[in-house]
Amino acid sequence: MAQDMLKRVPVREQEPQVRAHNFDEVCYGYNESEAVAEAARCLNCKNPRCVEGCPVNINIPSFITRVKDGNFEGAYAVISDSSTLPAICGRVCPQETQCEGRCIRGIKGEPVAIGKLERFVADYAMHKGIRPRVTAEHNGKKVAVIGSGPAGLACAGDLLKLGYDVTIFEALHKAGGVLVYGIPEFRLPKDAVVQKEIDNIRALGAKIETDVVIGKSSTIDELMAEEGFDAVFIGSGAGLPRFMHIPGENANGVFSANEYLTRSNLMGAFADSPTPIMVGKKVAVVGGGNVAMDAARTALRLGAEVHIIYRRSESELPARAEEVHHAKEEGIVFDFLTNPTEILTDDNGWVSGITCVRMQLGEPDESGRRRPEVIEGSEFTIEVDSVIMALGTAPNPLISSTTEGLETNRRGCIATVDDYGATAKEGVFAGGDAVSGAATVILAMGAGRKAAEGIHRYLCGK
Amino acid sequence: MTMYRILKAAEIAENIYLYDVEAPRVARRCMPGQFVIVRAGDDGERIPLTICDYDRQKGSITLVVQVVGASTYGMRSLASGDSFTDVVGPLGKASDLCEMPIEELRKKHIVFIGGGLGTAPVYPQVKWLHEHGIDADVIIGARSQSLVILEEEMKAVAGNVYVTTDDGSYGRSGMVTKCLEDLIAEGKQYDHCVCIGPMIMMKFTCLTTKKYGIHTVVSLNPIMVDGTGMCGACRVTVGSKTMFACVDGPEFDGHLVDFDEAMKRTQIYKTAEGRAYLMAKEGDTHHGGCGCCGGDN
Ligand SMILES: Cc1cc2nc3c(=O)[nH]c(=O)nc-3n(C[C@H](O)[C@H](O)[C@H](O)COP(=O)(O)OP(=O)(O)OC[C@H]3O[C@@H](n4cnc5c(N)ncnc54)[C@H](O)[C@@H]3O)c2cc1C
Ligand SMILES: Cc1cc2nc3c(=O)[nH]c(=O)nc-3n(C[C@H](O)[C@H](O)[C@H](O)COP(=O)(O)OP(=O)(O)OC[C@H]3O[C@@H](n4cnc5c(N)ncnc54)[C@H](O)[C@@H]3O)c2cc1C
Ligand code: SF4
Ligand code: SF4
Ligand code: FES
Repeated sequence: MAQDMLKRVPVREQEPQVRAHNFDEVCYGYNESEAVAEAARCLNCKNPRCVEGCPVNINIPSFITRVKDGNFEGAYAVISDSSTLPAICGRVCPQETQCEGRCIRGIKGEPVAIGKLERFVADYAMHKGIRPRVTAEHNGKKVAVIGSGPAGLACAGDLLKLGYDVTIFEALHKAGGVLVYGIPEFRLPKDAVVQKEIDNIRALGAKIETDVVIGKSSTIDELMAEEGFDAVFIGSGAGLPRFMHIPGENANGVFSANEYLTRSNLMGAFADSPTPIMVGKKVAVVGGGNVAMDAARTALRLGAEVHIIYRRSESELPARAEEVHHAKEEGIVFDFLTNPTEILTDDNGWVSGITCVRMQLGEPDESGRRRPEVIEGSEFTIEVDSVIMALGTAPNPLISSTTEGLETNRRGCIATVDDYGATAKEGVFAGGDAVSGAATVILAMGAGRKAAEGIHRYLCGK
Repeated sequence: MTMYRILKAAEIAENIYLYDVEAPRVARRCMPGQFVIVRAGDDGERIPLTICDYDRQKGSITLVVQVVGASTYGMRSLASGDSFTDVVGPLGKASDLCEMPIEELRKKHIVFIGGGLGTAPVYPQVKWLHEHGIDADVIIGARSQSLVILEEEMKAVAGNVYVTTDDGSYGRSGMVTKCLEDLIAEGKQYDHCVCIGPMIMMKFTCLTTKKYGIHTVVSLNPIMVDGTGMCGACRVTVGSKTMFACVDGPEFDGHLVDFDEAMKRTQIYKTAEGRAYLMAKEGDTHHGGCGCCGGDN
């Protein structure tokens, strides 16, 4: 059958009606022949715009050409030059605004499925047991990495390859950051994908010490003065949940998305575990980002009817296009241009409803998006028994408030002084969400790698 | 992997267990008032527990656990030589008292009130004061004699120790609030109270101390998950502001705490009522296995 070159090779997925009731991965990914067929759509551009769209500038035409030729191992080597966590980024990058958003194929038809191809290559390597190699000799210098999310893992990975002795300190009992506590199993399998990537970092020689909260169990100054670390990388993310500060927000049945997702993902409450999670009958999720989609789709899978309440319109939704599409297919109801003003409770203090107002879009605000304005007199109530707040997160002040000489900006993000993550404090580097505020996996990973370079230069110069 | 080995395990009262646990990082830095989160078993729940004593040399901390539900019930079988899967901390802020200048402390007339298990978290504060040359009074309250804990240990570090039991089976008779009022009637003067115990007991103690104008600090024990400010499960209203007890507390000015809300919030996954409520709310979608319902459906 002739291939329509304007269309991408469709990817196999679980049926929406089926997956709405389980936590298995939604997307099956390409098999070898599908990957080769999709790779053939790439025009191998001389000035590949896709590469500019990728925050870590993976040599996309080069890896795709190798996929087309059936040289999957070679393709993996190309990707590995630029990315430490391809199996993850292939799954969760907002490709439509990055690599694929720039692809020349996208002008007349559908862009090349770069993310799906990247995922295919990384999964192939994983199944074949192909791992990144270590070449460097130990150089005897010790670096502490705080946080085991994508920024910390990537930074550790590069430093290990350069011969450093790296210890990762993680506050939770499991390594992985948002990849394990935030993003659900049905988007990013934990054992099959995330754990494998972490095992790769371990195989390179990383020590991972869980249950250590820097700022509480120890401080950065102590790590450097007493435990002999020559440099420190802070990749502590942006884990502090925001609330709306509306009446009723502390009622029983109101959760931050962080709590809801942590219970489900990290603590395994979606399956069989001693950690409880409230299964609502009708749940309102407030917000429109990836976090809101993940919380909504988790609640749906646990058995609830779910409404996403978002104050702007559909075109402003910050979530990945694929997640919005999947959420709709699964039956999540979207209430756009709607903003909560109060959470109602019953006599026992449990949520009984949420009062909202309708919004309209006015002039663009500083983010360039049209500012939502309240339509006077438009109050109405939705009956719900739980509310999940997914309004975004900010960096946790635990580290900045306990480290002398570290500077933060007005949003609480750690301030860096160059492109390599150096901070105002000597020997201390930072990157990822802790610096940028809540962003993306690929940006955090890129920042972790940049900082590894910065740390290497700093320690070589010493 | 770090091992959190149990050096000593003992049942010190009916359903109350004491553990000395190896946790060098915690033992090195912890202060009275702080807590840890432990997990027992690979899929264990994260359980917050106050640090009741610590030995910086040995690198160990003491935990006292009351069996109240599935997870604490599961810890009963832990014996000396076994390990906790995880112990993370020290979390929360140190007790206000330990942050005050000693001179100021000496001028204070301090009374501690420990209700039931709350006696255990009171102990490290009393001991710390004793080590700094200050002997505070302590009221130990319990439902009945078999639930009185740490009386001897407390006597060794406190000024006066008054034990009171609800049923009068030991010491004075009546609740801690009565004991406090009796002491004041007997001529005692206090200007600082630290009260730790069940929410309801802290609520009524605060109502009493407010009458007498005694500044009162309570240690709240809301539901927690991470203990680092990441989830907001532990939010409490203090002086009409929302606080995260794990990082802003667990100690707060008791006269500003919204106890009624706090008590409701501890019921979210708990109590016979809570369970029944949850069951009713969840109906057919109830998935069992969380331990809320005893795991029997
Ligand atoms: C639900 C959800 C869905 C998302 N979906 C997507 C998506 O589809 N695509 C995408 O690109 N991005 C997504 N993101 C964003 C992305 O996950 C983050 O931008 C990325 O994980 C940031 O990486 P990081 O390494 O900077 O921080 P994190 O992943 O947050 O990791 C930080 C780690 O540091 C630890 N830590 C914090 N403080 C301390 C301390 N004091 N001591 C020791 N350890 C500490 C934390 O426990 C955590 O493990 C999502 C985020 C969430 C929450
Ligand atoms: C900062 C902090 C310090 C704590 N220190 C100690 C301590 O030193 N020793 C100790 O034994 N416990 C302490 N707790 C309480 C302890 O964490 C809970 O008892 C435990 O989590 C219950 O777990 P479970 O699974 O056994 O019971 P669950 O099945 O979760 O609950 C069963 C019963 O316990 C009650 N309950 C549950 N959680 C709490 C709570 N947080 N406070 C009061 N009642 C509760 C419920 O109402 C219910 O009736 C502390 C809690 C906090 C937040
Ligand atoms: S890392 Fe992300 S942006 Fe870069 S090529 Fe892969 S999917 Fe695209
Ligand atoms: S822009 Fe599109 S077609 Fe061109 S090299 Fe990149 S992926 Fe291939
Ligand atoms: S326990 Fe999660 S924020 Fe306090």
